[in-house]
Amino acid sequence: MSTVLPTPATVKTGEPVLQIRNLVVDYGYGDDPTHVLREVSLTLNKGEVLGLAGESGCGMSTLAYAASRLLPPPGIITGGEVLFTRRDGSVVDILKLSDKELRAARWNDIAIVFQGAMNSLNPVYRVSKQLTDVIATHRPALSRRELDDRAAELLELVGISPDRLRSFPHQLSGGMRQRVMIAMALALEPQVLIMDEPTTALDVVMQRQIVEQITDLRERLGFAVIFITHDVSLLIEVADRIAIMYAGEIVESATASEVYRMPRHPYSDGLLGSFPPLHGPRRELGGIPGSPPDLAKPIDGCPYADRCPFAFDRCRVENPALKQTVFADLEPERLVACHLHDLPLAKVPVQLTRRPA
Amino acid sequence: MRFLARRFIFYVITAWAAITINFFIPRAMEGNPVDALLARYQGQVSPDAIRALTVLFGLDKNQSLWDQYVQYWQLLFSGNLGLSFTFFPTPVATVVQQSLPWTLGLVGLSTVISFFVGTLIGTAIGWKRGTWADGLLPVATFFSAVPYFWLGLLAIMLFSLTLKLLPAAQGYDPGLIPNLDFIFIGSVIQHGILPALTIVLSSIAGWMLGMRNMMVTVTSEDYVSVAQAKGLSERRIMFGYAARNAILPQISGFALSLGFIVSGTLVMEMVFSYPGIGFVLYQAVSAKDYPLMQGVFLVITLSVLVANIIADLVYTLLDPRTRQEG
Repeated sequence: MSTVLPTPATVKTGEPVLQIRNLVVDYGYGDDPTHVLREVSLTLNKGEVLGLAGESGCGMSTLAYAASRLLPPPGIITGGEVLFTRRDGSVVDILKLSDKELRAARWNDIAIVFQGAMNSLNPVYRVSKQLTDVIATHRPALSRRELDDRAAELLELVGISPDRLRSFPHQLSGGMRQRVMIAMALALEPQVLIMDEPTTALDVVMQRQIVEQITDLRERLGFAVIFITHDVSLLIEVADRIAIMYAGEIVESATASEVYRMPRHPYSDGLLGSFPPLHGPRRELGGIPGSPPDLAKPIDGCPYADRCPFAFDRCRVENPALKQTVFADLEPERLVACHLHDLPLAKVPVQLTRRPA
Repeated sequence: MRFLARRFIFYVITAWAAITINFFIPRAMEGNPVDALLARYQGQVSPDAIRALTVLFGLDKNQSLWDQYVQYWQLLFSGNLGLSFTFFPTPVATVVQQSLPWTLGLVGLSTVISFFVGTLIGTAIGWKRGTWADGLLPVATFFSAVPYFWLGLLAIMLFSLTLKLLPAAQGYDPGLIPNLDFIFIGSVIQHGILPALTIVLSSIAGWMLGMRNMMVTVTSEDYVSVAQAKGLSERRIMFGYAARNAILPQISGFALSLGFIVSGTLVMEMVFSYPGIGFVLYQAVSAKDYPLMQGVFLVITLSVLVANIIADLVYTLLDPRTRQEG
């Protein structure tokens, strides 16, 4: 199998819908803020599923919230731009929208399924009210009847019986709540859906169902997804492309199968080594010793240098840029931030230089 | 509805227990207040009144405790709480009836105003954290930390004695006859402003602080972030999502404070010589007027109970999670 998930024919790919450029985010005001995102650039194409993976605290969620301007204080965006391509082809910088424009754009352009599935619903309102209030806000022309019909339609879309509309959130199971959140996210047919660990709080069976549902809906409705998770093995199944984040930077991005079969960055390799492989011979689980660096302190050189088994002198003084490797002709989409790939091929550790088939 | 029926039964039992305790307390007291009273009025008490008193205090040695208890209930249901010593021979029920509206009107209204204004301010400063509005908190806390009688005296000194704007004492102008005309009502309002103002001033900090803190907690909940991400209007998120959830603990506090309206205003009514039930209780205590005390206690108990019922109903209305369906 070349890609784990074939791109649906109905969706045009290759056209960017969301371009994040040199995004910088600090936590904390004053003289010594914590640099949580350090010049992150990322492109999401129409209709694709982009996976964001990494350890906790590496800035995946921050990236998603910053791009939609939902960062809670004390998070501040100090630089960069987030370009969104509307359906009519016009491009807007989300970071430059006025409050009113931003409010109008939210959920219409980008919808989010949050990390805490259990707490994402307002406990005192019925499901129907929470589904219709967002539609009513953005489509004020719709009648009460049309709103209710749409809400019922949305629930059916995620496989929940419409008589659940009268339920309060506490009367639903965790899986159902997350489905309601997905239904809500699709209410205005957004172009981009950000899913921040949508399955973390669910059991494996429910995880499976939710992931299949997302994949299925994506094929029918053609939205693009940014899928954030710690579970790299899950990503390999759902994502078209994967970006690996470490210490507020993207260290490698490539198609899902490329990342899975032949990681080029030592961190990607370590991350994959922390999961049991689905195919092939049994091997010992590696894990990565140590923990990500303290972002409150300045980092000289490569942030991964302290944990990297292959680090050499240059890694401790110069932070590597994200660029193509010597395999660029065979895998044009791959970008890696690692000094190892500047070395002669013979000197690069063998597990990072597997040849594309 | 089964839920409400269950609550109702619970309250009936609580009321029964409270009234029963009210029956036993005077019987546990030493001495014989009726004899003391009779000695004071030397034969001017009608035999009926003596009988009612004796029964109420459980001094009727010829009766079993059970018969006394039954009779006590009968007297209660006929509205007969005995006669007051202080206002002899006015029945206790009449004294309570005359003083209760003053307290309920003034303190009840001030408590409601304090709750609504304080909660609203708390909502606003909790929502917009870190602005100048946070400065309101220490000011409000200062007024609630100051002893109430001192605040009351200060207000009297400033507004009544120095500026001569408002009357210092009483519920209405003593020269007027209580009557539902504009002059009398105007006088009542004029006399109420100062006590009401001081009550609001001294109690508002609690509501502000409680609501602000709950708002800060609720604002970081995921459903508020979701509401933001949905692009709902700022007002809708603030009231419909944040405040709507933050207010729930406030409601319990409000119900408790409603219950304490009757009992907790003693100081206010003393400072302003206000003709409310707290003042009556004070007089009853200083005159060892047991029937009146017992009557006031009964009113206090029942008012706490009623406030609890209201809180229960409102809470059930506001928080679907507390409804036990089926």
